[in-house]
Amino acid sequence: MTRVVITGMGALTPIGNSVSEFEAGLLASKVGFQPITHFDASETGITLAGELHDFDPLKRLGKKDLRRMDAFSQYAMYAASEAVEQAGIDETNTEPESMGVIYGSGIGGLTTIQEQVIKMHDKGPQRVSPMFVPTSISNMASGNIAIRYHAKNICTTIVTACASGTNAIGEAFRQIKEGRAQVMLTGGSEASVNEIGIAGFAALSTLSKATDPKKASLPFDAGRLGFVMGEGAGTLVLESLEHAQKRGANILAEIVGYGATSDAYHMTSPDPEGTQAARAMQLAIDEAGIKPADVDYINAHGTATMGNDSAESKAINTVFGQDSDVLVSSTKSMTGHLLGAAGAIEAVATVGALQTGKLPENVGVVNQDPECQVNLVNDANRDHETEYAISNSFGFGGHNAVLAFRKWAD
Amino acid sequence: MTNDEIFSKVQAIIVDQTGEDAEKVTMTTNIKQDLDADSLDIFEVINEIEDEFDIKIETEEGIETVSDLVTFVEKQLADKE
Repeated sequence: MTRVVITGMGALTPIGNSVSEFEAGLLASKVGFQPITHFDASETGITLAGELHDFDPLKRLGKKDLRRMDAFSQYAMYAASEAVEQAGIDETNTEPESMGVIYGSGIGGLTTIQEQVIKMHDKGPQRVSPMFVPTSISNMASGNIAIRYHAKNICTTIVTACASGTNAIGEAFRQIKEGRAQVMLTGGSEASVNEIGIAGFAALSTLSKATDPKKASLPFDAGRLGFVMGEGAGTLVLESLEHAQKRGANILAEIVGYGATSDAYHMTSPDPEGTQAARAMQLAIDEAGIKPADVDYINAHGTATMGNDSAESKAINTVFGQDSDVLVSSTKSMTGHLLGAAGAIEAVATVGALQTGKLPENVGVVNQDPECQVNLVNDANRDHETEYAISNSFGFGGHNAVLAFRKWAD
Repeated sequence: MTNDEIFSKVQAIIVDQTGEDAEKVTMTTNIKQDLDADSLDIFEVINEIEDEFDIKIETEEGIETVSDLVTFVEKQLADKE
């Protein structure tokens, strides 16, 4: 059976604009929230977001790219550039037809859609920009990545709301495992911190109205308030072990399992019993050929909404047992919720935990909810050599996606 | 609006869209061939010109050089008056 390894990673997040900055931020329990600057949010009822800080797209993109890409594509391209650079993939060592792209985004070019709808309303339909469609459609992160890196195998996009990044990586993993591609560029991107994005999620009462960044995103706390929206992207270069070893690539970690299920329950609420979330975890663990007790760390979906965190905790306990010592943290306590990019940056965080033996903490919890009976990562237990870890993502629509990772060892 | 004024506005739009230096964009410049612009660049330049001058350009056919654009804008503006 083909083994699938990670040979490159890129991250663009509210707590760091590269993998090394992001991982340093996680280890420092850095919280990336500030009052929204992208627009005047004073009438939205929402104060904080996890915006990117000091982001200079021109470090990795051209001026023309900026004009031709919505922010979500720019973020994807930026993170892809870092990942491809680290992997050292190019046309001398990789056949274009054996390299594909599966990328995720929850919404796509929402800022562009908003701008152009306003323009159509104000100036008439004949003034809509010719760039509107090519910049805003949610497959264009994938399309632009394939164009830039000449990836001529499958190129597709996963849209499963907040599970998009994890589903994308899982489906990319499958492409290699089943022998259809040798290399896959995969991940997720989101840029929805704008008027309509914040207003839309606020209308669902899913967003934290907190004004204090330290008390805004509190996954698994009894007083959790909802999520803080973040933005950014994460990219992984996946490769068959054979292809990676043949070209002498540096291997960062292995993906050993992927589980995907559907709640088939409700548009926005998770099944409170977490039955299918549990089954997704079990499927990933089964595919890895291990037992739940072999898993040391769970990077939780942990959005800090009332519904998610209790259902996810139940699901974890269903799979791992009430007395399990598996450690759990939600890095959304630091980054906020990057929606379709969440699973991608959380994959990067999980790989970092495997590499360093230091788990990211579940920051900010003061009063753990009795409905969330899981062992949270804290200052005391964070140093933990980990061989197997899983990363959970769940999306509106009832999408459950779980990846299982293994610390690299030949 | 004088011919020169129209040119400098059109020039600025093309420079902004294509990222070329202003000196490279003269009246005789062929937009596609000399500036390495693709179909999306042309669409976008036309859209920006429509916004800037509040005119409607129905087709990009027959527009090859900067001069073609300036002449077209001049005529449309004259028709409006």
